[in-house]
Amino acid sequence: MSLMWESMSARLLPEKLTVYTTLVGLLNARNYNFGGEFVEAMIRQLKETLKNNFYNEAVYLVRFLSDLVNCHVIAAPSMVAMFENFVSVTQEEDVPQVRSDWFVYVVLSCLPWVGKELYEKKDVEMDRLLSQIEGYLQRRVKTHVSMLQVWTAEKPHPQEEYLDCLWAQIQKLKKDRWQERHILRPYIAFDSVLCEALQHNLPPFTPPGHMPDAQYPMPRVVFRIFDYTDAPEGPVMPGSHSVERFVIEENLHCIIKTHWKERKTCAAQLLSYPGKNKIPLNYHIVEVIFGELFQLPSPPHIDVMYTTLLIELCKLQPGSLPQVLAQATEMLYMRLDSMNTGCMDRLINWFSHHLSNFQFRWSWDDWADCLSTDQEKPKPKFVKEVLEKCMRLSYHQRIVDLVPATFSALIPAEPVFRYKYADESAASLPGYAISITVGNAIKNRASNEEILTILKEVPNPNQEDDDDEGETFNPLKIDVFLQTLLHLAAKSFSHSFSALGKFHEILKTLTDSDEGKLHILKVVYEVWKNHPQMIAVLVDKMIRTQIVDCAAVANWLFSQDMAHEFSRLFIWEILHSTIRKMNKHVQKIQKELEEAKDKLEKQQHKRVSHGDDEDMDKNSEDEEGQLEEQIERLQEKVESAQSEQKNLFLVIFQRFIMLMTEHLVRCETGSVDISTPWYKNCIERLQQIFLMHHVTIQQYMGTLENLLFTAELDHHILAVYQQFCALQL
Amino acid sequence: MSVKLHALYSDSYVDIGQYRDQHFKGQLGEQEKLLKQSHTLYVGNLSFYTTEEQVHELFSKSGDVKRIIIGLDKVKKTACGFCFVEYYTRADAENAMRFINGTRLDDRIIRTDWDAGFKEGRQYGRGKSGGQVRDEYRQDYDPARGGYGKLAQHRTTEALNSF
Repeated sequence: MSLMWESMSARLLPEKLTVYTTLVGLLNARNYNFGGEFVEAMIRQLKETLKNNFYNEAVYLVRFLSDLVNCHVIAAPSMVAMFENFVSVTQEEDVPQVRSDWFVYVVLSCLPWVGKELYEKKDVEMDRLLSQIEGYLQRRVKTHVSMLQVWTAEKPHPQEEYLDCLWAQIQKLKKDRWQERHILRPYIAFDSVLCEALQHNLPPFTPPGHMPDAQYPMPRVVFRIFDYTDAPEGPVMPGSHSVERFVIEENLHCIIKTHWKERKTCAAQLLSYPGKNKIPLNYHIVEVIFGELFQLPSPPHIDVMYTTLLIELCKLQPGSLPQVLAQATEMLYMRLDSMNTGCMDRLINWFSHHLSNFQFRWSWDDWADCLSTDQEKPKPKFVKEVLEKCMRLSYHQRIVDLVPATFSALIPAEPVFRYKYADESAASLPGYAISITVGNAIKNRASNEEILTILKEVPNPNQEDDDDEGETFNPLKIDVFLQTLLHLAAKSFSHSFSALGKFHEILKTLTDSDEGKLHILKVVYEVWKNHPQMIAVLVDKMIRTQIVDCAAVANWLFSQDMAHEFSRLFIWEILHSTIRKMNKHVQKIQKELEEAKDKLEKQQHKRVSHGDDEDMDKNSEDEEGQLEEQIERLQEKVESAQSEQKNLFLVIFQRFIMLMTEHLVRCETGSVDISTPWYKNCIERLQQIFLMHHVTIQQYMGTLENLLFTAELDHHILAVYQQFCALQL
Repeated sequence: MSVKLHALYSDSYVDIGQYRDQHFKGQLGEQEKLLKQSHTLYVGNLSFYTTEEQVHELFSKSGDVKRIIIGLDKVKKTACGFCFVEYYTRADAENAMRFINGTRLDDRIIRTDWDAGFKEGRQYGRGKSGGQVRDEYRQDYDPARGGYGKLAQHRTTEALNSF
């Protein structure tokens, strides 16, 4: 019985739901007790999943139960009663909106499968139910929606909030008298057997109460890129408010969810979707995949999976899928002006990686319109970033040969080192002579002490007297040493990492102060500004070896010196990578603390159970003492790390606020429109910080509200914070 | 029945392959154990001209790369078409096996496989001529991997000399 349950677990293959319900129906017709046991097992499973916050799983369980009504296993009135209990959650007070959202979603999403049957048996109750849902949907707060939309424009396809879209689809289904023709229903063929079966009543199911640590699914927006005008030949795409559209998208999402680790299987399963001859399947697949890739805050699966999946699909359908993909890419390009910045990042990464698998073949001339506009506009920006990423996966000359000559302004710079002290033309620079001495010393494997002695000769432009005792910050010293070192190590990443490692001591000495850390980053940028990839890996290495800290990197990225690079992708890749390192660091120490605490607990239990053994007792006490000390140390470490983490976010948000306030004030005094490309990028980058790190930021909401996002703030900036808060309501 | 159930949880791209390093020093079964825990991947079929930067860019798509060691010809000390990629976490390495293995780098389909862990000396090719063993015996012409296989090159040279 449990084996049966496992192998038919609707959680795993929800797209084949109706096959399994039919099987259960036939078994129930033969053996009433089996049906009863099965339903009981499912209810237990449902309770478990809800208790453990597995809300996405729970949807499929409820859907399975509702389809069992169609198979005469469950009596319709008892299903309606369960739905009524779910919808009554909308009457609860002081609960997060996402909680009642979920219960409403579950009910609505079952109706394509079971709406007809329930209406035939209990139309009055169902009408009342739908009316309650309608009332709830009208009262719902929708502040969060704009933060989750892929495009800011309403045309050509509005991106609807997912519940609004589903409601419209159910309304239409109701108007069509619940005629639903897309779902495969094997049980219809067995109706003569099934209608003889005895049905079971669902036990009364009270939704579990709200717990403070509950994690309900986040709201989302329905991604649409295609409509019936887009598939030129063959079957027509079902309309955006048709229930078919909902069912197809649901099933395709399920297939990806089930098979995402196995790309060949996933592609094959997608392409063998039942009923594929009646729908433009390739269009649906491409739309669903891009929908997931662009989902905000983040895709359900790792970005690179979607790239590889699309490549597999192209391999299986070489005559048709690449064309649909090209069409989608065209459309995405045309709508870049209103595309969310974070989504554009993913599009850049996907497109460049995809091209690298197909010899970078693309009709660049089709995009010649991007050449005539200001380079800060989204289209030329996009092409520029794509070409830069393409270069990283190949080499500079390849890109030059690839694009038409007219595109030369968008080609990335050749990623060469810029050495200040390169030749005699630099002889007049204050650090020139010492750069040669240091360079020779390094080549001759001088010791750290010897090199530091040489560096003592470097004058400090910040100081009046030559007295260089103590570790006062000397920017020229850093400049001379680091430029020379990185120049000698410029050949490859490995050479540069080796250099940083070898001279770690010197670098730590030079960057002892905050100014020192900031300056080292400045120098790294100066020498490698044509090679952002190198800058990113060096910054990463310097954080990991504690030459600089995360706050220094944040301050550097927001500094005036970097203002002209503010809208480039590599800046944000470095910032998010820095935040992630900080988060992982905190998690690591927290884990160590938990492990030490567990160890102590076990040790204490052991002592209690071996209470009579004196020797054991003494050793045990020693060990416990050591563990307690360790725990105290780790506790301090955790607090210190969390403090550093909080500070990092404060720095970042503070800088954003400063920059944006400046811009808003400047525009106001100049009576200029605030919505420049720079401003759109800035505000969306701020949103991205909230979205990408929402789990961590949640811990610091109090501080953020008291210190930064107060009522005095300009309402444009405050709105971002309020939208973020709305996501959790 | 249990075989079928296993298929539902399948993750075949992450399974360890058939290759075992003949120079591996350790007890029976130890290599397998290390492979199953490894964070390091062997990457094969690279072009001789593929750079560390290109490898880093591609493999960073599945997570933070800890280090890359480019495979070298033992004699010439130049790249000879393979490398090791080490990740900080096993999970990131698994995603590389799932989504980067079998795709293109520098226009070539590359192959990744679990590695028991880098040790000094393993960065060198083990073929007689200094490169990889596979380049000793292959018959085809591959301009990105030194042209013809070494054996074929020798034969050609001998034939020319005896003429």
